[in-house]
Amino acid sequence: MLEPLVDPDGAPFWEYAARGELRVQTCADCGEPRFPPRPCCPHCQSFVSAWALTSGRGRIWSYVVPHPPLLPDYAEHAPYNVVLVELAEAPRIRLVGNLVREAGAPLGSFPPDRVRIGARVQAVFDGNRPPQWILERP
Amino acid sequence: MPGAAGLKDATAIAGIGQTPFAKHLPEDEKTLACRAVLAALDDAGIAPGEVDALASYTMEETDEVELAKAVGFGDLTFFSRVPYGGGGSCATVAHLAAAIAAGQASVGVAWRSRKRGSGPRPWTNTVVQLPTPAQWTRPSGLLRPVDEIAMLARRYMYEYGATRDHLFNVALACRNRANQNPAAVMYERPLTRESYMTSRWISEPLCLYDNCLETDGALACVVVSRERALDCRHRPVLVHSAAQGLPAQHHGMVNYWNDDPLTGPAWTAARHLWKHADFTPQDVDVAQIYDAFTPLVPLSLEGYGFCGRGEGGAFTEGGALEIGGRLPLNTGGGGLSEAYVHGFNLINEGVKQLRGTSTAQVPGAATCLVTAGEGVPTSALLLRS
Repeated sequence: MLEPLVDPDGAPFWEYAARGELRVQTCADCGEPRFPPRPCCPHCQSFVSAWALTSGRGRIWSYVVPHPPLLPDYAEHAPYNVVLVELAEAPRIRLVGNLVREAGAPLGSFPPDRVRIGARVQAVFDGNRPPQWILERP
Repeated sequence: MPGAAGLKDATAIAGIGQTPFAKHLPEDEKTLACRAVLAALDDAGIAPGEVDALASYTMEETDEVELAKAVGFGDLTFFSRVPYGGGGSCATVAHLAAAIAAGQASVGVAWRSRKRGSGPRPWTNTVVQLPTPAQWTRPSGLLRPVDEIAMLARRYMYEYGATRDHLFNVALACRNRANQNPAAVMYERPLTRESYMTSRWISEPLCLYDNCLETDGALACVVVSRERALDCRHRPVLVHSAAQGLPAQHHGMVNYWNDDPLTGPAWTAARHLWKHADFTPQDVDVAQIYDAFTPLVPLSLEGYGFCGRGEGGAFTEGGALEIGGRLPLNTGGGGLSEAYVHGFNLINEGVKQLRGTSTAQVPGAATCLVTAGEGVPTSALLLRS
């Protein structure tokens, strides 16, 4: 599986994720959250930012179900879902991930035909991987 | 008075050229580039030694030095590259038009040569960062451009009630035009609704026929001043208006992180394009709209003002995109059915329409919109005869 190719702007996100926390870069001056992370705030141009802890809750904004041809590690699990989740605290921030049966389950573990736009989901973490999502009410 | 005259009708496309299109061509990209460029110059009746300006895509592999020394260009005084893949197609012509209108050059050549049919698929490269924020998307299996666009397509269908039939209408119009175009890869391959609806998925909700072709081929065109074009071999096709578009807080094909992911670069380019035009979307006789994936067409129809927000799917109903319809589309077959060469074939097809020489000619066509890739920083041209 592809590992995130981390850049300096994104590194804190992954460090917090490894501790099981979903945090979002937020301007320390004007308070606007922003994603993907970047050096300065597009609203007030401040270079000072903090990483705000979120509840990890969100709703599915959209999803796709990829089929081959895919990279071999992914083809093995296809067809699988990829969801785009709007964060409850910051609806403009939508994270790409997989809806899975339980934390650490493979990306094909949740049946694609049961994914729905609008479903409430919760982030769960599995080491250095992107956050996964489980249904808030299975 | 800088900028007083502007670009409007100051320049024209005087020549077009192309190689054959196929899944596999034996010659390399550099040779194909040379052939397309020389064909375009011959079509214009201009000698290679007169060329002093070049424009292409940052993804183009044949560089200016290689092309210039191979085909025998003169001294070049302007050369530019446009980023973001298929978003750059129309901007190559726009850059040349601006350079010529500003007096920086007199004969410009734009080109694209690509062996996408027989070469590697860019997304299979796991080392190089693609021009997207890959760390946030690829590890979860959102690997290919089709996956990224399918995410927006699903939401579009959910919000506005667009259907697979609407996407089929796009694929069918392109295929029908390709069936009239002997140079098209899909010339002898008709498409039916049944074959569309039962084809394999690539990334649900998009199926095989929602995806463009993978093609080897090259194209080029020649841009000169309007006055010079009058002395060339064909009726000049005027560059009436041109625009690039990179909206505020846009993120490329993964445009997931702003208020409204479904209004993309087309909206930005369109505002500039129409502001500088003497006519409106209602006056466009034929359109060449970038179609790497079918959902880009309804999104572009909305962005360029042919219909309202959310109406792009419904716009395709009743044969609107066919010859004789409200807006005949991609009359050479487009990227879906003629060739996928990062949209350059759409520019040349626009020129053919306004010369009256298309294989699917719209009677009396006098205005044509050509667009580059929606979903990435884009560009567009309004051409007129």
